Amino acid sequence: MNEDIELKDPVLPLGRPTLGSAGETGDWRTYRPKFIEENCIKCYKCWLSCPEGTIRVDAHGEYPYIDYVYCKGCGVCVHVCPGRKKQKALEMIPE
Amino acid sequence: MKAKITEMMERPNVLLRGNFACAGCGLSIAYRTSISALDRPIVVIPACCSSVIQSLHPNVAFNVPTLNIAFAAHASAASGIARAKKMRGEEVTTVVWSGDGGTYDIGLATWSGAAERNENIIHFCYDNNFYSNTGAQRSGATPRGAVTTTTPEGKKEKRKSITRIMAAHDIPYIATASIGYPRDLYAKVKKASTIEGYRFILIDAPCPTGWLSDPAITPELGELAVKTGYFPLYEIENGNLIFSRKGEKYRDPENRVPLEEYLSKQNRFKKMTPSQIVEVKKDIQHEWDQLVRLE
Ligand SMILES: Cc1ncc(C[n+]2csc(CCOP(=O)(O)OP(=O)(O)O)c2C)c(N)n1
Ligand code: SF4
Ligand code: SF4
Ligand code: SF4
Repeated sequence: MNEDIELKDPVLPLGRPTLGSAGETGDWRTYRPKFIEENCIKCYKCWLSCPEGTIRVDAHGEYPYIDYVYCKGCGVCVHVCPGRKKQKALEMIPE
Repeated sequence: MKAKITEMMERPNVLLRGNFACAGCGLSIAYRTSISALDRPIVVIPACCSSVIQSLHPNVAFNVPTLNIAFAAHASAASGIARAKKMRGEEVTTVVWSGDGGTYDIGLATWSGAAERNENIIHFCYDNNFYSNTGAQRSGATPRGAVTTTTPEGKKEKRKSITRIMAAHDIPYIATASIGYPRDLYAKVKKASTIEGYRFILIDAPCPTGWLSDPAITPELGELAVKTGYFPLYEIENGNLIFSRKGEKYRDPENRVPLEEYLSKQNRFKKMTPSQIVEVKKDIQHEWDQLVRLE
């Protein structure tokens, strides 16, 4: 019988919501989305479709901006952006 | 259905950035859009990519109370939560958030029991057509012709119709939605949240990693699935099926975008022969014919 065992309070495997829980995922990028303000019609399709939530909009009516610390460079925002007169307000450029 | 963007923007951010999801992940779009529509959600998650993308303990990317539980325990755990909260007089929205593996195959008996008891739960199934987090094995949702690691020559069987199986339980609300149409998805989740009893929402959620597709076109693949008739959009309310406005016109095969356009953008279909494509078109038509009977 092992008498050295000490009974401790049970440890719950409880996690807490954390920004960047997988680290600074911006490191994953090989291309980055670049915002071109004059082509933006504030339709927010980029915001709706960004899987990561790294398209940020402070309030309705404001221009979107990108959180490059975590943006994974998937290109979804660029693909869905209608832009103005067929000129997209987002484009992918190499890192 | 179409939700207002202003309303969607005011909702809390439920999926924190910097998580473990692959770039261009469809499930992430599905999760953000759906769960943000709910008031005080408690989310029960079986083993799936959604348990992985929460990231490493003790840090979690999901910004709502979340219970990770064994595969086939999802709807029973959620039943317990929903009932306990009701007894305590606490208003919450209890949710099962499962992949297609956890809904079409493993866990089917569990949710079938909960649906039969009409537990007060919203059951979401994000459908990426296979078991993605264990390395792309086939599931009951994998379509005919798709290559997975367990169907290296392409799956030989058609995908099963989970909504029609669900409909046989006579639950109050069933809907299909797609990450290609996030406003429609959000509006359907909102509507589901006003109904009591077992509710089921099936979400088409492309997975670039397993579908071998360009991560940038994830939403386009969602749209194409609807436009080719491959993924019909509809609601079944108390047994009556109503096609959604976004997808209704594709009931007529004449209006559908050629299926080849959808298939050619995904390398999982690259081994398909012309005769297999004809078979898949027949599968699609068969599903529509069955759905129309529920109208
Ligand atoms: C009973 C049981 N069988 C198998 C597994 C291994 N497993 C974990 S996740 C998973 C696949 C989940 O697939 P799906 O539900 O489609 O979700 P996805 O990974 O596609 O997000 C499997 C087979 C398990 N955890 N428990
Ligand atoms: S590239 Fe992808 S992750 Fe980055 S902002 Fe655009 S949609 Fe979001
Ligand atoms: S999708 Fe393009 S046009 Fe629309 S808000 Fe985003 S950047 Fe602006
Ligand atoms: S494997 Fe697919 S579903 Fe899973 S996190 Fe990656 S893209 Fe998303």
